[in-house]
Amino acid sequence: MKREEIRIFILRVGGTNCDEETKRAFRDSRMDAEVGHFNQLVKEKNLLDYDALVIPGGFSHGDYVRAGAIWAKQIMAKLGKEVKTFVDEERPILGICNGFQVLIEAGLLPQFDGISNFPEAALGANIPAGYNCRWIHLTNESNGRCVFTRRIRKGSIIRIPIAHSEGRFMFSKECERKYLERLLDNDQLVFRYCQHDGKYPDGRYPSNPNGSFYDIAGICDPSGTILGLMPHPERAYYGWQLPDWTKNDKIPAFGDGRIIFESVAEYLTKKF
Amino acid sequence: MNLFNHQITPFEIYEIRVQDAENKKLLKISRKLGIGLNLEEMKAIKEYFQKKGRNPTDIELQTIGQTWSEHCFHRTFKGSIITESGEIHSLFKTYIAKATKELNPSWCISTFEDNAGIIEFNNNYAIAAKVETHNHPSAIEPFGGAATGVGGAIRDILGVWADPIVCTDVLGFGPLNYDYDKLPQGIKHPKYLFKGVVSGIGCYGNNMGIPTVNGAIIFDESYVGNVVVYCGCIGLLPKDKFVRNAKPGDIILLAGGRTGRDGIHGVTFASAELTEESEEVSRPAVQIANPIEEEKLKRAIIEVRDRKLGSGITDLGGGGLSSAIGEMAHRFSCGAHVDLEKVPLKRKGLAPWEIYVSESQERMLLLIPEKNLEQVLDVFREEDVEATPIGKLIEDKLLKIHYQNYQVAELDTSFLFNPPRIERSAKWSREISKDHSFPEPRNLSSYLLKLVSSLNIASREKVVRTYDHEVKGNTVLKPLHGESGGPNDAAVLKPLVNSWKGLVISCGINPRYGKIDPYWMAASVIDEAIRNNTAVGGRRIALLDNFVWGSPAKPDRLESLVKACKACYDFAKRFDTPFISGKDSLYNESPLGPVTPTLLVTAIGLIPDVRKAVSLDLKLPGNLIYAVGPTFAELGGSEYYRLKGFVGSSVPKVRIPQAELTMSAMVKAIDCGYLRASHDISDGGLAVAAAEMAFTSNLGMELHLKNVPRAKDVNRNDFLLFSESNSRFLVEVPRHHATEFESLTKDAPCTAIGKVTKEQRLRVYGLKDESVLDMDLGELFFAWKHGLEIEI
Repeated sequence: MKREEIRIFILRVGGTNCDEETKRAFRDSRMDAEVGHFNQLVKEKNLLDYDALVIPGGFSHGDYVRAGAIWAKQIMAKLGKEVKTFVDEERPILGICNGFQVLIEAGLLPQFDGISNFPEAALGANIPAGYNCRWIHLTNESNGRCVFTRRIRKGSIIRIPIAHSEGRFMFSKECERKYLERLLDNDQLVFRYCQHDGKYPDGRYPSNPNGSFYDIAGICDPSGTILGLMPHPERAYYGWQLPDWTKNDKIPAFGDGRIIFESVAEYLTKKF
Repeated sequence: MNLFNHQITPFEIYEIRVQDAENKKLLKISRKLGIGLNLEEMKAIKEYFQKKGRNPTDIELQTIGQTWSEHCFHRTFKGSIITESGEIHSLFKTYIAKATKELNPSWCISTFEDNAGIIEFNNNYAIAAKVETHNHPSAIEPFGGAATGVGGAIRDILGVWADPIVCTDVLGFGPLNYDYDKLPQGIKHPKYLFKGVVSGIGCYGNNMGIPTVNGAIIFDESYVGNVVVYCGCIGLLPKDKFVRNAKPGDIILLAGGRTGRDGIHGVTFASAELTEESEEVSRPAVQIANPIEEEKLKRAIIEVRDRKLGSGITDLGGGGLSSAIGEMAHRFSCGAHVDLEKVPLKRKGLAPWEIYVSESQERMLLLIPEKNLEQVLDVFREEDVEATPIGKLIEDKLLKIHYQNYQVAELDTSFLFNPPRIERSAKWSREISKDHSFPEPRNLSSYLLKLVSSLNIASREKVVRTYDHEVKGNTVLKPLHGESGGPNDAAVLKPLVNSWKGLVISCGINPRYGKIDPYWMAASVIDEAIRNNTAVGGRRIALLDNFVWGSPAKPDRLESLVKACKACYDFAKRFDTPFISGKDSLYNESPLGPVTPTLLVTAIGLIPDVRKAVSLDLKLPGNLIYAVGPTFAELGGSEYYRLKGFVGSSVPKVRIPQAELTMSAMVKAIDCGYLRASHDISDGGLAVAAAEMAFTSNLGMELHLKNVPRAKDVNRNDFLLFSESNSRFLVEVPRHHATEFESLTKDAPCTAIGKVTKEQRLRVYGLKDESVLDMDLGELFFAWKHGLEIEI
């Protein structure tokens, strides 16, 4: 498939708000991305006409109850069948920030034993508490399973901003070690927060901005086609979005976020 | 109109006997209905209804009360003022709008006319801007008050069909360590207000997905009783989508949230002083925020706009339906027929007048040609937003309100929009503050440390990080710069995908100068807003004014308002920066006294290419540091004097044409690429500006005060370091551009005063070449970074 033929559906509902800049990033990477309301997908459009699904950032349905909880239930209740087919056919799904919260609440991540009826992990309230908008560093932990990071060398450091108040990745205490091992064994651990020198902060603020377990910032499913991450790659797509671009004599064309979009484009052009 | 007997109506409505009421009785009616009208106004109402030969209903009086309130009609700004030097007919026309009218720039599309000021961005797009105050509600319920303040500013932008792209907020609190025992009954502690207001602002902007990119937080004793909350929003508007061509027959569509009892009499509340009972009496005047409702509403409105299905739009804010419908009918020179029972309610049991004046949030009023109605309703349905036709525009210039087939109000719009002009007198009665003399302190390092950690200067990071300033991915120059989060002077946005053109947003505010002289305070904040904009590369600047003042019924407060307005005219005119929109909040008085006269000036500039924007951090050791603009012995109201424990009298002045030449030289230097870093000199003076530039970049600075351009009488190191004279900048220039830069700035006093150093120290040498400062940047940074944080 040619890049221009790749059809990306960016799903939104009341409270979604990062859809336009996410579309801009996909389009700049020469894919055919469109934004559509959840109601359209239920009534007139077919999810299976698209090659990849993106759930962008925002506050879907006000994030009432728990971040992403209401929308996740709504998606699985009304589009469960299509989503299952989509997943089975290994068409990529990307969840950014609120999208990550939705994927966890929907049981689409981490999927240790297929799509789960209940959340197997949680993105809890930040420690320290409160909304936090800042640039952070991430290391790519994937050994190659995740289709969204294939063009990033393992261990390399990328810089992307976060902006959320519920991003503390965690498992239930008693399964914590066991689940972490499964993540590692399955090559599902994709991004960890790190310091600018690449060292892991081991929970310490602000390099780990929300108190996430094992400094986890993003994970994928066992097939590597579903990625959820708290940081916003679409806000680090261009060089002029970087927090200190003025330092350079010549402004860099792109930021580190772009490689995520490029990676999935490469996967799709090769696979389909 | 058929008079009815309320006993036979199946709902609650009253006829109010004003036709034969005595003066005392008239005032009692005004008080009892809570509409805050004075005797003269009540008499005008009496006369109107005598002519009609009937008494008004409660809903009619409520409608008049809302429409004529200070909040909706700006009676003080439009009224007559008797001053010692003659009578002023309308402060607004005489000063604020006059500069705009005389400058008459071709790029101003709509000023002081619509819900927001509209200016040109490029050939196809315009920018809409509005800043509101929400002080009174925030004093009672800080979270809700601040959140709905943001919501209201955003709706003003939607109210001109623009897509909100960025928010600003400026907040004023009493000292956070204020003694609890000194707080009068009914006044909430500054720390409580601070936390509530900050989370309210963040909540609304973040949930709506609109970045909050610029603002300020200021602390002043007078804000203990009068918290100050300014909320601004700026939107992007395709020029050809700015539609306002409604005509009789068009449907009045009410869209968004449901109507409830929250926010009844918000405008009358906002037009009165706060008292001990405000909490009890006015709690229902504070609205409840639901940003997600507004987010959905925004999507639907933008869709209606893009498909050109509407003919008019306005927001529901102060006064609710009563003011929105009246204003729409008036604007399109027609009348309106409304069926109030069609308004969707949060709960049953509201009286018609309550429905009509409720200020429930997240509601917009659209005018839709009948043929487009079905399509418009589909758009709202698709976004899960309720939208209900509640009436239509009519030929007769009348407001006809029906409820369950009874006509409950009929008012002439010509009467409604011609309230009796108020006449007030203004007289200066304040003592002139004195200057103090004291010897130059020996250890200036300790003063600089105290200054960078003082509440008005220390890092706002703790607050700014709770606002999403990156969402939409268009923030090019951010409020917090780089890893250290240094304070950039202005935010730069790149609103269009296919253009490098940028929007530059900055502000100016300084209540301390307001204590000395409101004229120079206003001049200084105009200068500050413009120079913040200029510092990063902004030009073709438009201004917004927001006055927060005490009661205009008191002659000295009014005289100070007159002085400030006069400065607005003088300096907007001379800087060639028209005012395009504004809003006043008067009656900021509490048991602790009036608010310090505070003018917020928001500046919106353009930059042709965002890649040329200049940040404050130093770039390369060896580069030269220039001081641009002369320093005067102007320390009245300065942060340095505040540390010393007094206000002083030598308030900074603005010197035209010098100031204007400095600003244009800066813009040219930026366009030529001569500046690697640039920072305006304001609170805390040159020393604080230098410290901020240095610790943001982890590079040091070596400066020589004897080279600083200055007036003859400035002969002390501390004055050179800490004076807050206007129109000054500190800039970094590479040596190979030095000659070019100097020839560019030959009309503005400007000298090289030092250089960037690799060593992370701030070294300053005095007038006699003696060492006056030699400080570790880490120490300065730590003090600056945590100054406010430890107080929260």
